[in-house]
Amino acid sequence: MLAAFASLLLCQLAGEAIVRAAALPVPGPVVGMVLLFALMLLRAPLPAETNGTADGLLKHLSLLFVPAGVGVVQNVALLGDTGLRLVAVVVLGTIITLTVTALTFAGVARLMRVADAAPDDEAAP
Amino acid sequence: MIDFVNLWVYLSGSPLLWLTVTLTAYAIAEAIAAACRRHPLANPVLIAVVLVSLLLIASGTPYPAYFAGAQFVHFLLGPATVALAVPLMRHLPQVRRTLVPMLVALAVGSFAAIVSAVLLAKAFGLDRAAQLALAPKSATAAIAMGIADKTGGDPALTAVLVVLTGITGAIVVTPLMNALRLKNYAARGFAAGLASHGIGTARAFQVDPLAGTFAGIALGLNGLLTALLVPLLVGWLVG
Repeated sequence: MLAAFASLLLCQLAGEAIVRAAALPVPGPVVGMVLLFALMLLRAPLPAETNGTADGLLKHLSLLFVPAGVGVVQNVALLGDTGLRLVAVVVLGTIITLTVTALTFAGVARLMRVADAAPDDEAAP
Repeated sequence: MIDFVNLWVYLSGSPLLWLTVTLTAYAIAEAIAAACRRHPLANPVLIAVVLVSLLLIASGTPYPAYFAGAQFVHFLLGPATVALAVPLMRHLPQVRRTLVPMLVALAVGSFAAIVSAVLLAKAFGLDRAAQLALAPKSATAAIAMGIADKTGGDPALTAVLVVLTGITGAIVVTPLMNALRLKNYAARGFAAGLASHGIGTARAFQVDPLAGTFAGIALGLNGLLTALLVPLLVGWLVG
């Protein structure tokens, strides 16, 4: 558990260093995720409990957004007198984005599966 | 009474109090969410944020004093992001198989997120500053604030809009996908992570591990693509 957590922190630290050195427009932890993924692909000898520790952290991912969420409530005055319209844009924009993204994903997946399955379909009675 | 005030002054100066409050509020929020059978409206982030905020207002505690304790929780967002590599590795065969749908949905979704935000803002008569702050709202907070800073928007307002987008997506995604009769959990998760970053990803992990995995991928990829697209698009969109 401890060695596993240290390995997550090491990936994050390396990610932060790379981001700073190369002036990348990405947060360090995202690069850290890519590094850990690369290490796993290369079958690097990671601590035995890396999987369990990662799952434990992700299980409570919601908790980790509470401090930032409280900050938003404190800063709600920033929305000003346009607050209602800003919230309307956020809600409608999010619904549009969710719908477009999910339908595109599922639509392309279905098209490709139809193409893959075509020979079977022909063979079927 | 004096004793209580002294105790309060002592405790409120140490990180222990607000760290404990954050964890307790979340435990209560989780219990409420579980009691509501994970109904989308009973979102644990939303409930915990409301509970903590009420306590801060009631006790007259400024946010920096709260954050001194809560920062230990906030800090774990970094290692948790790194940890997303583990479910990605576990579901690698499915991810490989859906690489093309994923990349097409990424391009279309990222474009839709930016364009819909700016055009809706225009339709509602919001000014240029608001349009710039809204454009990167679906990217994760750190990236979105960097984009707003570069395009001349207000990063603090962007941060507020990003979190609102996350909570909205986490609440809306399940009923919306059910209404669309979409049973593809990879597609549902990918949409949640793309439209509403980490908070959407947290929701996806609560619903289904595969959905969570695809949400994590979308969160990372859309952060990158939004950083590339917003500076290109604002030129002819915003005005």
